[in-house]
Amino acid sequence: MKKVLMKGNEAIGEAAICAGCIHFFGYPITPQSEIPEYLSRRLPEVGGRFVQAESEVAASNMIYGAGGVGVRVMTSSSSPGISLMSEAISYIAACEIPVVIVNIMRSGPGLGGILPTQSDYLQATKGGGHGDYKMIVLAPSSVQEAVDLVILSFDLAEKYLTPAMVIGDGMIGQMMEPVEFPSGGVGKPMNPGNWALTGAKNRPRRILNSLLIDPDVCNRLNIKLKEKYDIIERDEKRFDTFELDGKYDLLVTAFGMTSRICRTAIEELKKEGYKVGMFRPISLFPFPYQELREAAMKASRVLDVEMNMGQMLEDVKMAVGHEREIDFYGKTGGLIPSPDDIKQAMLKSLTKAGGRSRK
Amino acid sequence: MRKIFSYPEGLTSNKMHYCPGCTHGVIHRMVGEVIGELGLIEKTVGIAPVGCAVFAYDYFNCDMFQAAHGRAPAVATGAKRVRPDLIVFSYQGDGDLASIGMSEIIHAANRGEKFTVIFVNNAIYGMTGGQLAPTTMPGQYSTTTPKGRDVNETGHPIRMAELISQLRTPAFIARGSAHNPRETIITKDYIRRAFKYQAENRCFSLVEVLSTCPTNWGLSVRESEKWLERVMIPYYPLGIKKVPETDS
Repeated sequence: MKKVLMKGNEAIGEAAICAGCIHFFGYPITPQSEIPEYLSRRLPEVGGRFVQAESEVAASNMIYGAGGVGVRVMTSSSSPGISLMSEAISYIAACEIPVVIVNIMRSGPGLGGILPTQSDYLQATKGGGHGDYKMIVLAPSSVQEAVDLVILSFDLAEKYLTPAMVIGDGMIGQMMEPVEFPSGGVGKPMNPGNWALTGAKNRPRRILNSLLIDPDVCNRLNIKLKEKYDIIERDEKRFDTFELDGKYDLLVTAFGMTSRICRTAIEELKKEGYKVGMFRPISLFPFPYQELREAAMKASRVLDVEMNMGQMLEDVKMAVGHEREIDFYGKTGGLIPSPDDIKQAMLKSLTKAGGRSRK
Repeated sequence: MRKIFSYPEGLTSNKMHYCPGCTHGVIHRMVGEVIGELGLIEKTVGIAPVGCAVFAYDYFNCDMFQAAHGRAPAVATGAKRVRPDLIVFSYQGDGDLASIGMSEIIHAANRGEKFTVIFVNNAIYGMTGGQLAPTTMPGQYSTTTPKGRDVNETGHPIRMAELISQLRTPAFIARGSAHNPRETIITKDYIRRAFKYQAENRCFSLVEVLSTCPTNWGLSVRESEKWLERVMIPYYPLGIKKVPETDS
């Protein structure tokens, strides 16, 4: 299929269709509203359903209902809306229903602003809603990668019977880039397996329930979920690296769009004779701790760059431990760090690394 | 000999947990009978609420969801929209539907979602131990209105069937009661009509059923039936409130 120039949010909508998701329930919120807008036009063309819910609370419970009867379904929102969805996501995780949630992050806390940040890293990866659950969280750094990860997220959600989130900062949603979709049009529908509520015909009835009054039963569910998350952590780690082949003095860690700005800064510093490498987690859960640790041990110092006050930083610290110093550079509120901002932060870290940076 | 009475196919054989004198069991039975009599069990998906009926998934003999507090109409919307061939119903109490879930029920009704709601109104929060509900009667004692419901503080009881009937979208809306055999027979007919409208893909349907709560009302079973008739029915008049045939 040939490349088309498309806005990130619209490309995410089309990617869902390619993944076989023809049903969408959502609520408008900047900067993701183009996803429901696009799908309200497209889904009827492919025989699917679009419903504008009365709230994010309702939208997230609608995907609980739609996923529970065994169809591929998606919702999308932005930071404050995801907070409202967190209740339903907890229920969906407990009932082990595959759904996909897209979060095009804006600034916070509170109502915050509508400009891009990465301030929901902790909410996405460490819970968000109540109880011991996780969801698969994938962070694209381009519109093409957003398309690829949306399609992947449906497959992973279904493989592991879990909610999956594609998390992008506002830039991913709002910018236009050339993008290529897989050929073949509407993807395959979900295989409803032996759990979906499809009507108890010629089989025992099924229940999707997360009320577990008996403490042993509740404990058993949590053990089962933990075992599943352990398998996901073993098998589904994804990451990308830049300039890690040769020697490097500083390792930069960044996810999403921030990593692309870091790339530009690294290329500029390379011309000036500095050796900087980058490690970019693509799956935020599962987080590639071991792989990041190995990359960090080859550098003398680490710099984490994010559009927040240091959220992934906690995982970077867990991966690297105390064996390397870790610096942090972040901007929030919708302020996007320029390549030069990041370059200056890198130079500071390189100086602290011991002045042996120039070749 | 002709068999004229048997255990309803639409109910499981699980023992119900409801208190003595509570009419949830009667209302479950009516729903179970109706989905059996209409031959709908094999394609029905029910949604249990949070509240006294939270364990309804153990009692209805069909596929069942358990939903978050108040959210059953949103779950039903999701299920019914993507699988319109299924028969979907939610079973909700007054705290669930008329308090925390007010937004979900109103908007589902207004969109004309083609599922059925069984709304049990016993004028109190049962499961949590007898607190004020939006449907609690003026002056009625609850554990959070220890001097009786003061309408100047808490407003007046909400008449859900009438409220939803005001929406322009076609619907079948009725209110029955389960406090005596006569009203139970009438209410079962409302429930049958509600499911038939759904099976014919006609409209949103909701049956409000007045119910007793001797435990939290602090009354005997007999006194509860009398209280429902004397205090609740004049405020919550029984009957069909809206049919889809009339263009309101």
